[in-house]
Amino acid sequence: MNGAALAVLLVLGALLFAGGFLLGRRGGRGRPDRTSDVGTPVEHATFETLHTASLAAPPLRAGLTEESAGKAARRLRSLLGTDALCLTDRDRVLAWDGLGEHHGKHVMDHVQALLASGRDTAFASGCGDLDCPLRWGVAAPLTVDHRVLGTLVAYAPRESAVLARAAGEVARWVSVQLELAELDRSRTQLIEAEIRALRAQISPHFIFNSLAAIASFVRTDPERARELLLEFADFTRYSFRRHGDFTTLADELHSIDQYLALVRARFGDRLSVTLQVAPEVLPVAMPFLCLQPLVENAVKHGLEGKITMSHITISALDAGSEAEVVIEDDGVGMDPDRLRRILRGEGGLSTGIGLLNVDERLRQVYGDDYGLVIETGVGAGMRITVRIPKYRAGVHGS
Amino acid sequence: MSQSYTVTAVAVVVVATILVGGFGLRISRTTSDFYVASRTVRPGLNAAAISGEYLSAASFLGIAGLLLLHGPDMLWYPVGYTAGYLVLLVFVAAPLRRSGAYTLPDFAEGRLESRPARRVVSALVVGAGWLYLVPQLQGAGLTLEILTGAPNWFGAVLVAVVVVVAVAAGGMRSITFVQAFQYWLKLTALLVPAIFLLLAWQGDGRPAIDFDPTELSSRADHPLYATYGLIIATFLGTMGLPHVVVRFYTSPNGRAARRTTLGVLVLIGGFYLLPPVYGALGRLYAPAQALGKDADAAVLLLPDLVIGGTAGDLLGALVAGGAFAAFLSTASGLTMAVAGVLTQDVLPSRGVRHFRLATLLAILVPLGGSLVVSGMPVADAVAMAFAVSASSFCPLLVLGIWWRRLTPPGAIAGLLLGGGSALVAIGITVSGAVRSGWPHALLAWPAVWSVPVGFLAMILVSLATRSRIPPGTKAAMTRFHLPEALMPRARGGPR
Repeated sequence: MNGAALAVLLVLGALLFAGGFLLGRRGGRGRPDRTSDVGTPVEHATFETLHTASLAAPPLRAGLTEESAGKAARRLRSLLGTDALCLTDRDRVLAWDGLGEHHGKHVMDHVQALLASGRDTAFASGCGDLDCPLRWGVAAPLTVDHRVLGTLVAYAPRESAVLARAAGEVARWVSVQLELAELDRSRTQLIEAEIRALRAQISPHFIFNSLAAIASFVRTDPERARELLLEFADFTRYSFRRHGDFTTLADELHSIDQYLALVRARFGDRLSVTLQVAPEVLPVAMPFLCLQPLVENAVKHGLEGKITMSHITISALDAGSEAEVVIEDDGVGMDPDRLRRILRGEGGLSTGIGLLNVDERLRQVYGDDYGLVIETGVGAGMRITVRIPKYRAGVHGS
Repeated sequence: MSQSYTVTAVAVVVVATILVGGFGLRISRTTSDFYVASRTVRPGLNAAAISGEYLSAASFLGIAGLLLLHGPDMLWYPVGYTAGYLVLLVFVAAPLRRSGAYTLPDFAEGRLESRPARRVVSALVVGAGWLYLVPQLQGAGLTLEILTGAPNWFGAVLVAVVVVVAVAAGGMRSITFVQAFQYWLKLTALLVPAIFLLLAWQGDGRPAIDFDPTELSSRADHPLYATYGLIIATFLGTMGLPHVVVRFYTSPNGRAARRTTLGVLVLIGGFYLLPPVYGALGRLYAPAQALGKDADAAVLLLPDLVIGGTAGDLLGALVAGGAFAAFLSTASGLTMAVAGVLTQDVLPSRGVRHFRLATLLAILVPLGGSLVVSGMPVADAVAMAFAVSASSFCPLLVLGIWWRRLTPPGAIAGLLLGGGSALVAIGITVSGAVRSGWPHALLAWPAVWSVPVGFLAMILVSLATRSRIPPGTKAAMTRFHLPEALMPRARGGPR
């Protein structure tokens, strides 16, 4: 009896799992076979074609490499309906899909003219094997920015104007995907450039103010001045370091601690800070300099237009597979609409570059679920929450 | 026996757990001389936390019960539970920490660069976690039933509710302190009564403890095979327990992870000296128990049987409190680990609410299981979770860390064949379809064959799919094995 009940339980558990996996896998994917219930055969064929094309697109978005070509070639061949399809770059064959792989060594000879001219060419395969069905081929260029990156070659048993036309169209479609890949790359480069720009931005005001504050201690309290100078040296070394895009939460909080020591030297008792850190989250890896701009923001807002005390709370808590960092000030706050404009990048050049930059970098690294969460209102202070996953492929803290 | 003491002790443990977890010893300073980076969790504290999370109902109740029933052969249980950390220390601890992985699925994805491998590991983690949770909940049910006469399901439901409430309220946030506190609580709860029991035994003129082989109930048709099955499962299974792996992330670096493991060996080794004392004295003072079914309860009943009176009641209450700490700490650690995997890899979308939903799911399934299945010694049930872990995660970790030619298809094949076959074998055993002879022995202690199956499948399929070696293997290996001090890294200046 127990056994039977357990079996039922096991089956239920298995079903639950299968359901979860399917949901997880299916989310966001099209189901082309459903469309066969409705629509004419022509529409059905269109859907099929679009679906095959959409399957070929993701590998190509990684650029033209042996791996991506291999994955895409299979899809592209079923799109063209030929016996064999080949993708090359300027020097060699990247992928061969279908029959007659022995043609591979002649392909580069056939496409030499095309690589020079950039125009579609057709050729007889000149195969010595009489049983080989691949008698004729057509090659079309893959171009990005008017440069020929490679070729797409399709083979058929006989000459076919339809295939020649189709191969040309598919090659153009592939070219568009490769251009998008190029675009992705330049976007990443842009973000990297932005990170570098942000590192450089820390300096002018802050360096001037800190040095002035330290100078004021040199006579009255030389020991403190010395300590502050060391903090300053450490802080700038961390902020200007050149290698690595990632750091650990411990290092980041350490740098914030030094930053706050320097700020306190300037503002004295007007600024009080509470740090609350769960030691479990200190080893978490995270993008470099993601918290410092937020703290700087809190300090600025907290002290802006006030002569009285300002209080800042920084807490880092353990939340299962994530670390949750909250930075809160009791300052002037901000109109939510204005904040929204800033985060959309419409706030003008001078305001909130720090917030926008941090938000974009977090989204870039962890996905859109992990942007900044900001709660604020005019006169109501500001509370910024950052969630950092404890592990993400490619993010390492050193 | 007075129930009020027991109820009070259990209530105190529950409340203390929630209090230490929610409001307890967090780092919280308002001063300026506060260097966060130097405040990482020390190896000693982390070792106590791992030990606290690790010492479950099986250690607290099960070992003594088995020893009482089946004699000294059962000492392989505490030996195996401890020695697993030796293997972990030598082969896995530091590289695993340096990999930066928080969970086993993270490790699989980072090392193999493959989403499918990640999914397979996730499924197995959930499976092993649930297997491990069932005996914890059963132990809780048994404890409360014997000590207070509450219905059997009550203890299991109570533990489940406390865990869900604590996790959902965010009350387990300073989990390191909670778990470290639980270790010392458990140690005290066994140590103090043990001292009194030994004194009482001394006072009785030290009667000899008799483990006459003819009187011991035979435990398996093939005891030698069963012992080897147990040894392999526990030695190799510890490294893959989801709640243990998660805790290594807290160490600041690989070296600290190693020192933490060493600390765990010492703490756990010390703890495991105590259950045999209970087992041996139980043999002497609780012969009725030796014949009954619930040998797991021997630890709970001994103080009352040997000492009696108010002192016995108080000591019994202390043991009960410790036992509850064991259920709570292991159950909450496992639930968090399983829930984390469920949110990340199984449930469709993410967010804080989903973590709470996943927590519910993570504990409800084993709760159902614990109510349906009964009658298996706690230590045996836990050993099954070890067997699954040993035949799936051990090959993955060992080969992933030490073998450059592991490929994603190889890893998946090994996980499915090794872990899958162990899971199926255990499913058949639990359902009671095969009850005797070699088939039963092979299915009840699968590690002897399923671990080699897992390793072989992983190696052979990897060799057959050489072209699929992940491109980042060299970088990953470098990161695993190079001490952090040698990695390029910005350091703080001299102070």
